[in-house]
Amino acid sequence: MGLLENKFKDNVVVASLDKLLGWARSTSPWYFQFGLACCAIEMMATAASRHDLERIGMMPRSSPRQADVMIVAGTVTMKMSLRVKKLYEQMADPKYVIAMGSCATSGGPYWQYGYHVLKGVDLVVPVDVYVPGCPPRPEALIEGLLKLQEKIQTQRPLTRKSA
Amino acid sequence: MNPVEIKKLISAEFPDAIVENESLQEYQIELKPESWLEIAKYLRTEPKLSFDQLECITGVDLGEDQVLQSRYNFHSLKLRHKLEIIISLDRKKPKLASIEQIWRLGDWFEREIYDMYGIVFEGHRDLRRILLPEDWEGWPLRKNYETPETYHGIVVPKIKAESEWE
Repeated sequence: MGLLENKFKDNVVVASLDKLLGWARSTSPWYFQFGLACCAIEMMATAASRHDLERIGMMPRSSPRQADVMIVAGTVTMKMSLRVKKLYEQMADPKYVIAMGSCATSGGPYWQYGYHVLKGVDLVVPVDVYVPGCPPRPEALIEGLLKLQEKIQTQRPLTRKSA
Repeated sequence: MNPVEIKKLISAEFPDAIVENESLQEYQIELKPESWLEIAKYLRTEPKLSFDQLECITGVDLGEDQVLQSRYNFHSLKLRHKLEIIISLDRKKPKLASIEQIWRLGDWFEREIYDMYGIVFEGHRDLRRILLPEDWEGWPLRKNYETPETYHGIVVPKIKAESEWE
């Protein structure tokens, strides 16, 4: 958490500043490329020219330290889950997670018999938006990203939480 | 060479090594595990056989009180014939000679069989797990394997079997 976060009483100035910050954060959430399986192909398709994620301000980053959003695209195995957690911890605040596809949300086809698959990435890191599908169409992923932008916009980072 | 001739040649060279098994296909031979390393060397070096390509090694678990098997598929690029070797092992102490230094391709194949079935390949220079994490417990493709309940504190949710659904 930053120096200014949750430090101020709610008033006209803080409310407008919050709005400004929310606008700035929500319109440029750079995402962490995190392709683990076939969902990654759809994520690449979403980022490529036909669907063009950059028109909603999203840009792929290859380092967790430069990213705001982690799109977990694909099957998370037990071996990978420890690394997912480590990478999430390396991201700077504010950070968000999108679980893309049925494997990342619930284990997908491996939900019952996959001894090696983590049954949903929410067992390891907190998830903000779940995008169902196997794999989701680029439109579905964009819908999820817009939902995340809405969520970021409604947050009020500077205002003190206590009533 | 056709499969019958190959079998004849091997049984002439190693008279005690072959296990008679009626249920096998023509190109399959079941062997005893003891002299496997010598036979493997023979398969590679004998000019009439010259199996220069190891296509695959497969592990098989035949059931809870049954044997574990290691199956080798060979092919000769020079003479264009093929052969499958089947070796059955005791499931309590599955040990077999490694052929990693005869066919270099066997290196990762044997590591995978070790990873999934726990068959120890003696003489392998780097026998570690290849796919699963190093600290994983158990041999997942054995029939009596039970999924662990936690892994590094991550709980695996219990899911009811299909027969228990309401």
